[in-house]
Amino acid sequence: MPQTLYDKIFESHLVHKQDDGTCLIYIDRHLVHEVTSPQAFEGLRMNNRKVFSPESTLAVADHNVPTTDRSKPIENIDSKLQYETLEKNCKDFGLNFFALNDIRQGIVHVIGPEQGFTQPGMTIVCGDSHTATHGAFGALAAGIGTSEVEHVLATQTLLQSKLKNMKIEVNGKLSTGVTAKDIILTVIGILGTAGGGGYALEFSGEVIKNLTMEERMTVCNMAIEAGSRVGIIEPDEKTFEFLKGKPMAPKGEQWDKAMEHWATLKSDPDAKYDKTITLKGEEIIPSVTWGTSPEDVLPINASIPSLDEIHDKDKKQAVIRSLEYMGLNPKDKLEDISIDKVFIGSCTNGRIEDLRAAASILKGNKVSKNVTGYVVPGSGLVKKQAEEEGLDKIFIDAGLEWREAGCSMCLGMNPDQLKPKERCASTSNRNFEGRQGMDGRTHLMSPAMAAAAAIEGKLTDVRKFL
Amino acid sequence: MDKFQNIKSIPAYLPIVNVDTDMIIPKQFLKTIKRTGLGVSLFFEMRYDKQTHKPIKDFVLNVDPYTSSKILIGENNFGCGSSREHAPWALLDFGIKVIIAPSFADIFYNNCFKNGILPIVLPEEKIKELSKFSLEKKEIEVNLEEQKITKGDNQPIEFEVEPFRKECLINGYDDIALTLKKQTHIDSFIEKQKSKTPWHF
Ligand code: SF4
Repeated sequence: MPQTLYDKIFESHLVHKQDDGTCLIYIDRHLVHEVTSPQAFEGLRMNNRKVFSPESTLAVADHNVPTTDRSKPIENIDSKLQYETLEKNCKDFGLNFFALNDIRQGIVHVIGPEQGFTQPGMTIVCGDSHTATHGAFGALAAGIGTSEVEHVLATQTLLQSKLKNMKIEVNGKLSTGVTAKDIILTVIGILGTAGGGGYALEFSGEVIKNLTMEERMTVCNMAIEAGSRVGIIEPDEKTFEFLKGKPMAPKGEQWDKAMEHWATLKSDPDAKYDKTITLKGEEIIPSVTWGTSPEDVLPINASIPSLDEIHDKDKKQAVIRSLEYMGLNPKDKLEDISIDKVFIGSCTNGRIEDLRAAASILKGNKVSKNVTGYVVPGSGLVKKQAEEEGLDKIFIDAGLEWREAGCSMCLGMNPDQLKPKERCASTSNRNFEGRQGMDGRTHLMSPAMAAAAAIEGKLTDVRKFL
Repeated sequence: MDKFQNIKSIPAYLPIVNVDTDMIIPKQFLKTIKRTGLGVSLFFEMRYDKQTHKPIKDFVLNVDPYTSSKILIGENNFGCGSSREHAPWALLDFGIKVIIAPSFADIFYNNCFKNGILPIVLPEEKIKELSKFSLEKKEIEVNLEEQKITKGDNQPIEFEVEPFRKECLINGYDDIALTLKKQTHIDSFIEKQKSKTPWHF
């Protein structure tokens, strides 16, 4: 029977299938971070269990760490304890850990690919819902909870039921100024935050083929905002090129063998999808969110919907609540919304290309006098690269702060937070109530759009700057 | 994990769609290294006044008898967003053992079972019917063995649950212990895989 890429990876990792259909799947790679792992290690200790395959595990602290001077100790006691707990757990259980002062430290979903830990055809999990990012390499990557983190640590397997398949085909070409972020925001707008539930999303089509690896990661990253745990893209030459020579990628003869295998990782041409969505690249417009759900997204030249346009009663109720929270009104023009903060970073848009895109808009410009903000590289290596290219100077000259790597204001677990009612143009992935700080207001967009908003002091169409 | 027993309680009803795990337990409580103690912070931002930190009087879980509800009725896409298992931990620590909603987000749904919480999917009209019991402060009873919800003398509502998940809940099984029993399967898988994709190991 013809199969999708998701089906193929799932089935080639099947360890055992119970009579009731529950599958035990082998996990090739496990990423661990400080927030969702302490209780898992505690569980191992309580039951006297070891880590099954320490070499398949890579740990780093990212969510809770400060992005200020790394030579000082972590100030917040709880964050410090969580960091030290991870460090100790990795030591006790023999796991590979990138410490805070290691240049390789960064957001889990940035460092996995950067190190070549992420590879095509693998099953990859992490106690984090944005694990789908790694699907950009043609891996089956999914977010899991802490009990499952413990399960993987103890057994290197996971109980899973198979997802259905959805194909999201983006054909044609993107117009200038339109980015990977706009593609995925548009998809989320179409599917809604629950639309991908129960499906693995396979992104394909000419537009996806033409994306760089970093752009593909942005697309897969936000599968969860469409309700799906898994986003996946067929690996190709670009994928192999990206991985070649990475520290943890296969070498020599192993590399050749891997390449041979990776070349077979494709959905069969006549594979059946349970659902297919087709988009035209030309029709995608730079987009921003206006509400408190990622599905509340519109092209920048649009206005917030009027309540009469919303017929679904649940949706209407949600919109009323979110507009109140956001301090906006129905029919407000998006381009009239002024901002106070800008955040450029996160596992969605904290890689080098994202920083380049933002810098290209900011170069020679200053951010509006009412705007402050952070640029937070996704990893220490991204930071280094950016500094070599002089991007840090562009950001600083424009009036933004250049920070150390971490999740930062994507979720504001560390001190990087919005103040109540502050409005932020953010390149992150969630605009939930309180996500970036209590009562903070988030508008999601691409790095270029965020840079343009910072300059104008309000949401604006980046295409004016091109 | 404790064995799941029949749950009888006046349900609490939270009529909000897309309740995300940031709402269920905001990030400032994720700094813990324990599973317990999160109940007081459940729905923190909706439950407590921002300035005074006093309970907000009309939030459902602050109102008797819902302060001791074991059953929570929600709306579509309950538990969406972050994978944090702190969300079911907080619900459990508050005393919630059953969540009934028209749909759940995948990761949250899964996380519930791992912690002895039963998530039940029911069509919207049944949710409406059950929410009346909440408003009228009447008890309902969830019987997992028989997969039904009884409510007064009315016709019980039946629900679906995967047989394996049901078995694990009822017996309080530890997933890891079950999997470790399959060690020979895991070993032979690795053996086979080592020849196919040696660079994975
Ligand atoms: S950057 Fe944001 S979304 Fe990504 S892992 Fe960190 S907190 Fe999660």
